[in-house]
Amino acid sequence: MTTVLPVPNLAAIGPEILVTVLACGLLLVDLFIPKDRKRAVGILALAGTVVTALFTMRYWNYSATTFSGMFVVDNFAVIFKEVFLFATAITILISLRYLEIEKVSLGEYYALMLFCTLGMMVMVSAADLVVIYIGLETMALSVYVLSGFMRFNVKSSEAALKYFLVGVFISGILLYGIALTYGVVGSTNLNAIAETIKLKGLKDNPVLMIAMFLLAAGFGLEIAMAPFHFWAPDVYEGSPTPVTAFISVAPKAAAFAALIRVFVVGIGLMAPHWQVLLWVIAALTMTIGNVTAALQSNVKRMLAYSSIAHAGYMLLGILAANTTGLAGVAFYFFAYAFMNMGAFGVIILLRREGIVGDEVDDFKGLAHTNPMAALLMVVFLLSLTGIPPTAGFIGKFLLFSAAIKAGFYWLVVIAVLNSVVSLFYYFRIAQAMYMGEAPDSSIPRPQGAPSLTVAIAIVGILTLFFGIYPHHLVELAKASVTTFIPFL
Amino acid sequence: MYHAISEYVPVLILLALAVGFGVVTLLVSFLVRPNDPYPDKLSPYECGIDPFTTGKLQIPVRFFVIVMLFLLFDVEAVFMYPWAAVYKKIGWYGFVEMFLFIVILLVGYIYAWAKGALEWE
Repeated sequence: MTTVLPVPNLAAIGPEILVTVLACGLLLVDLFIPKDRKRAVGILALAGTVVTALFTMRYWNYSATTFSGMFVVDNFAVIFKEVFLFATAITILISLRYLEIEKVSLGEYYALMLFCTLGMMVMVSAADLVVIYIGLETMALSVYVLSGFMRFNVKSSEAALKYFLVGVFISGILLYGIALTYGVVGSTNLNAIAETIKLKGLKDNPVLMIAMFLLAAGFGLEIAMAPFHFWAPDVYEGSPTPVTAFISVAPKAAAFAALIRVFVVGIGLMAPHWQVLLWVIAALTMTIGNVTAALQSNVKRMLAYSSIAHAGYMLLGILAANTTGLAGVAFYFFAYAFMNMGAFGVIILLRREGIVGDEVDDFKGLAHTNPMAALLMVVFLLSLTGIPPTAGFIGKFLLFSAAIKAGFYWLVVIAVLNSVVSLFYYFRIAQAMYMGEAPDSSIPRPQGAPSLTVAIAIVGILTLFFGIYPHHLVELAKASVTTFIPFL
Repeated sequence: MYHAISEYVPVLILLALAVGFGVVTLLVSFLVRPNDPYPDKLSPYECGIDPFTTGKLQIPVRFFVIVMLFLLFDVEAVFMYPWAAVYKKIGWYGFVEMFLFIVILLVGYIYAWAKGALEWE
């Protein structure tokens, strides 16, 4: 008897194969490049990422399920893969000079970043809890190393160790949630889980409810939602700033996408239960994030708390469980990638020989020393607050209107009040830039490297462009969530 | 429900046997052996030197690198056993799969080698 192995559709994992080959290739190429020319590895990684992003675009409207139903390619997966690849490309651009200033310009940095991207790409395409877990671990292990990349810096090492310990602990919790789900349902495939819950009427099963809590906790760590947000400020502050920009956007997007897939497709019938859970979490997350952010004097920590708050807003989209809400999450991640990476880019611009530049005081007088950077920073801050004409406004508008449509009026009231609080701390930076006294002229003026300038300009233009002409991206986001219509 | 559980009955029997074996051995030896303790007999090692420090020493990080490499290639070998057992059945497709798997590990091996992880300075 011959066993015929099910031959998977390898075309469906084209982008993943490309990223794997690229990352392995970079590791090998890196061995032959002299120590002072590691920038070449970064440029190679950037070119590869751009090619992969263009290649991934061809998978729009390509829908396939392969690897025995464990791996799906749909528009939702594609749009999130583009978010990751975009974030990776911008991160590489803002890293090039920064790593040289920090004297950690090593080729492994770029390889790790691509391995992380690979993990995230697997995660958003996974239709099976175990595959989601594999993707999550591939992503997380790379990020632990990246956050401790300045290994002679105590804060960076501390960040890596904290992130690692919390991450390992929570991944145990996630696994326990997967095990309980399997114990009740008898499968780890999301569609099979949905089917069994429907057939056997398990939607009020107490064990499954515990599993739901554990799964939410497992994804909640990467999302940095309360009460699993404690690691975020320390890790964001200690990590190299480009890595902070990266982990504030990409892993968060990956965990959100996985959370949407698991909650909407897998345990969609339990929506009345998880809506209560997410209501409380969303309210807590945005309030804790915003109130604590207002107390920070370090901009990296402030943006860490603000990213916690943004996770709270985005939870509204899942909570609403309608197409506008899910499309809102997809749109918001693009907007968030633009504005947040831009804000971190300006912090990197302030990093000079001998000056760290991540305190609010370091922004003083930036409007005089580098008016263009100050202006773009204002755009990013407006967008983070959610004021038109920026992409952040459109994102918030979609999320809030979806929540209103679903009838969560009080939560929207809390979210709007939180936005008002956020205005206060974001504009402390703007105030420092425009009204603060410029430091004496003995300190070198903040002058970005060409790659950094290009990156900030790109995200700045995109923030404004999609704030004024959001139509196209909104349509793409809406088309991306059609997968979920049968489950809503 | 009964059928679902019956598959695990052998496991339960094995568990009972394992626990029973330990308990019975300790109990029987406790009942039949003479009880005559003296300091030499109670020391951790009846032969060799007594430990003179605690075991909590700083260990060179090099050991961890070696252990990690060992684990990596050890697990690779373990993964190849079931593959080898069904090799004829899965044919060319299985061969190519394993080939790719080894190529990816090879990249790691070359990297570790070139970085000097296999040398003990």
